[in-house]
Amino acid sequence: MPVYSEKVMEHFMNPRNVGEIENPDGIGEVGNPICGDMMTFYIKVKDNHLEDVKFKTFGCGAAIAVSSMTSEMAIGKTLDEAMKITPGTVATQLEGLPKNKLHCSNLGAQALRKAIEDYLNKNRAQGGGKND
Amino acid sequence: MRKVYLDNAATTPLLPEVRESMLPFLDELSGNPSSLHDWGDSAREAVAEARARVARLIGAGAEEIIFTSCGTESNNLAVKGLALARQNKGRHLVASAIEHFSVLHSARTLEKMGFELSLVPVDSSGMVDPDDVRQSLRPDTVLVSIMHGSNEVGTVQPIKEIARITREHKVPLHTDAVATAGNIPVDVGELGMDALSLAGNQFYGPQGAAALWVRPGVRLIPQFDGGVQEGGRRSGTENVAAIVGLGKAAELASDNMTVRMGHLSRLRDRLLDELPRRIDHTVVTGDTTSRLPGNASFCIEFIEGESILMMLNSKGVAASSGSACTSRALKASHVLIAMGITHELAQGSIVFSLGVDNSPEDVGYVLEVLPPIVDRLRQMSPLYARFIKGSKGGKNARLQ
Repeated sequence: MPVYSEKVMEHFMNPRNVGEIENPDGIGEVGNPICGDMMTFYIKVKDNHLEDVKFKTFGCGAAIAVSSMTSEMAIGKTLDEAMKITPGTVATQLEGLPKNKLHCSNLGAQALRKAIEDYLNKNRAQGGGKND
Repeated sequence: MRKVYLDNAATTPLLPEVRESMLPFLDELSGNPSSLHDWGDSAREAVAEARARVARLIGAGAEEIIFTSCGTESNNLAVKGLALARQNKGRHLVASAIEHFSVLHSARTLEKMGFELSLVPVDSSGMVDPDDVRQSLRPDTVLVSIMHGSNEVGTVQPIKEIARITREHKVPLHTDAVATAGNIPVDVGELGMDALSLAGNQFYGPQGAAALWVRPGVRLIPQFDGGVQEGGRRSGTENVAAIVGLGKAAELASDNMTVRMGHLSRLRDRLLDELPRRIDHTVVTGDTTSRLPGNASFCIEFIEGESILMMLNSKGVAASSGSACTSRALKASHVLIAMGITHELAQGSIVFSLGVDNSPEDVGYVLEVLPPIVDRLRQMSPLYARFIKGSKGGKNARLQ
């Protein structure tokens, strides 16, 4: 097996927040199947907070653990706080990732950010969000 | 929890008889075969006996066997040693696109020294067309290297036909037989190649002992400079215990080959038949008839190999994968890509390689634990979600 931390293994075996959100407020998709990993994040926003975050991930053990950890870190945070989640903070929370997996599999924060941006863009277009 | 080892292509377990044969050379002082005293004599005799046994396995003469440390070393010695010995005749090499990295990277090293490499393609079953080998030959071709069997997809190449062509053109043929020697009949006289690599840890011998066979009269430039061990073709103190184990494993393989092949191919065929029936959108990789008896390899759509391996491991099952995520370089298996399999499908590669210790119950266990694992990973997969939405149930509703 790859040299994964206990935390990575635990999140891989029991990933949190797997799934899709019906009528999500934002969707963020990163990666592609050719490079190996692909993640889709769905968010529900209420009062400028992430009320719910769900994901679907195609990829290795690290990719799945990263997605799970990112979703767990994001739920309940304000949008500004959630935008501050980075690949580095996710990797730290996971007690580290193998060197060669630091970039390709560590796309959770990026997918989450894209989902938040998607929500903000939609909001701007509508001239104010339904949840604000 | 049940433990099921289905990664025999990585390394096979050591048979008890092989272990027994090695113990005297580990427990007591094993002399250096080059030494001129009783200890040296007994080590030398033991290595000579092992050499005869390995020779018998492939229908060769004992003096034609060069002991090495592993299959990679045998392939390096063959590709570099044969090409360099003939470079005054030309600097063109031919290899198949699905060779092991120890062959391909050796050829790449020679390229840096001014050699040219032509890669022969394979078809969708991983098979080399002998005619493509013929087409790739040039007046300055000095070596052709085509593997016998693929450890990844199981396809066994038409080496006899390829050897006929290389012989006609008077170009030496090296065959990486690491996956086949000791597992299916390999007779160098019958097949007609000029050099052949084999490794003990592929047929229940120890890690650390392998061999290169070279046809008498074929020149080879040594890759180790040193004393005159192995006729000066591979210097360095012999790994006596491991060589003795390799010899014993070769003897057992010669004596039991038919029975082992029958056992393995029955287990393999059950996996090849039943797995795609139990798991939709699963394809068998490799040729279905010209195939290693122990190889059952697949690509499972919409999911990734490392995740499958990790979940299988948590159920006590060892297997392997050619997915990008499982390779250190994070690249999909060059074998699968050469066969025309897409990068996306190659991600779902899973390889089961059976061994003599496996039972029908082992296969039954894998058939039982794998479908729920695939189901779980597919429930997480955005590709699968997209596929289901696109097809709106239909025949794919069965997947649930």
